Amino acid sequence: MATTTGTPQRDSVRVRTSRTRRRSIGRVRWYTYLLLGLAAAACIFPVYWMFVVSSVGSQAATQLPPRVVPGGNFLDLLELVFETVPFVRSLVNSFVVASLIAVGQAFLCSLAGFAFAKMTFKGRDVLFLVLVLTMTVPAQLAIIPQYMIMSTLGWVDTLQALVVPGLVSAFGIFWMRQHISATISDELLQAARMDGANSWQIFLRIAFPVVRPAAAVLGLLGFVNAWNDFLWPFIVLKSPDMYTAQIAIKALQSNISVDLGLAMAGSFLVTVPLLVLFAFFGKQMVSGIMDGAFKG
Amino acid sequence: MAATLTPGTLKGVKPATATRPVEKRWERLAPYGYVAPFYVLFLVFGLFPLLFTFYVALFDWNPIGDKTFVGLANFQQLAADPRFWNALKNTFSIWIISTAPQLLIALVLAQVLNSALLRFATFFRMAMLLPYITSVAATAIVFAQLFNRDFGLLNWVIGGLGFEHVDFMSTPVGSHLLVSTMVVWRWFGYNTLLYLAALQAVPRDLYEAAAMDGAGPVKQFFHITLPSLRPVIVFTVIMSTIGGLQIFTEPLLLSNGTLTCGTARQCQTLSLFLYEQGFGSFKFGYGSAIGVALFAIIVVVALVNFLLSSRLGKKG
Repeated sequence: MATTTGTPQRDSVRVRTSRTRRRSIGRVRWYTYLLLGLAAAACIFPVYWMFVVSSVGSQAATQLPPRVVPGGNFLDLLELVFETVPFVRSLVNSFVVASLIAVGQAFLCSLAGFAFAKMTFKGRDVLFLVLVLTMTVPAQLAIIPQYMIMSTLGWVDTLQALVVPGLVSAFGIFWMRQHISATISDELLQAARMDGANSWQIFLRIAFPVVRPAAAVLGLLGFVNAWNDFLWPFIVLKSPDMYTAQIAIKALQSNISVDLGLAMAGSFLVTVPLLVLFAFFGKQMVSGIMDGAFKG
Repeated sequence: MAATLTPGTLKGVKPATATRPVEKRWERLAPYGYVAPFYVLFLVFGLFPLLFTFYVALFDWNPIGDKTFVGLANFQQLAADPRFWNALKNTFSIWIISTAPQLLIALVLAQVLNSALLRFATFFRMAMLLPYITSVAATAIVFAQLFNRDFGLLNWVIGGLGFEHVDFMSTPVGSHLLVSTMVVWRWFGYNTLLYLAALQAVPRDLYEAAAMDGAGPVKQFFHITLPSLRPVIVFTVIMSTIGGLQIFTEPLLLSNGTLTCGTARQCQTLSLFLYEQGFGSFKFGYGSAIGVALFAIIVVVALVNFLLSSRLGKKG
């Protein structure tokens, strides 16, 4: 709104025929579209470029003027990727880790969020305050002791070292609590209580089904983060068979530092599953992030 | 309990009552069970390691388990280590030149995207989220290529304009710019969406009233937009600080996987230095001392940030 300059704002709102609308867009806001178009292009181009290079081969990256149209070598390069590193195995590892984290977060965060939103218990407010505070603690700096713990547990070079710490998150609980308090009425829960349901049954049969869309978005975000995680897998995973896809790309990049086409094909392959998810659920992810935003 | 069943009196009563206090003991313990997974995992994998870092930092500690108490020697060594100061300088430089543009761009784009008459709004919002779903590892390979000295797209343009090709990774300034560009690219869209969410909660008549009173877009921005965004700005500033000061993957991968990030450590960040000492040279104690230092720095910077940014737009 504030970006409009001279146009009488009230008129364009009141007489919203499509013609005045188009006119006011065309006249006043062309720079708005220019700005947004540039930002969108900047966001899309690197991903597109990844595809171009992986469908042509290294020469696409070394050719001047640069090539911007995809070629037909994508499948050949993919085959080469699979020959160079155990990439299928890495993709499966990533998939297992990210899925377990997604399901764990969606369910456990909803459960804890339900307890915080709809149940009274001693120490609830203090526990919740602690939870919110943990979001601001940069615990990643403790990677050396974290590694030592994994080593003591015998979890180094295993996938549970990645899965278990990520099963539930403070942000997720906070977010599900907001959703549950906003969407589920106390009367409904009391009615169920009258019918003799205990809190677990109430959660499973009434609360969780209602907030499932929000939980699904949380799971998706958890999947994306787990799929893209680099530092922790890089520290904990040792053998190529255990690598997640992100670590496999790194191995691909340093093994054959010259063949860029190969590295790009690997990168693109790792991005594809998320692009597919994004194609189906992008809108929900956008509104999920906007909902989860900390509103004033 | 009975009182809460009459709708009229519902408002004044405490919320949250799915459990009746007189239930079986199980029911009274249930909520603790529901919230327990988080606290257990946080204690084991978050808080305990954090505290243990302070302990390990007091030792000369080997991965094999050999340890000798050295007191504050690690910290003294750290204070005299030029590599530490270099990493500190790099971290701050990268943090500042990535956070400031990222949040400014997000602020402007959110304002623009908030327009009621905007077409293709969904497309733009989704496009902004694309960098967020693309992994750092994949992005790093693309950016390393785009900024490559000999064949990079950017240098092709620079060459076309008649300038010498720039070897970004070879100088501190160039490599910091490159790392920051990648960070900005990854996060500006995400922050835009956070700001947009807050902006959409602002009643539109506020802007209309301001426009009626003759306030131009700039005035509206400073008197309506900025104050209503204050909480979310504080939040994003703190989050970008915590993330920005821990930056690790971008410099590592842009420099082809070298832990020093270049021969002269031109873009080695504190996190990379920590990793190099802890897992490259197997000095757990010294590495933990770096972790403690970095932790202290982040806490101080986040506090300063908080104080500064919560003043933002308060008066005005």
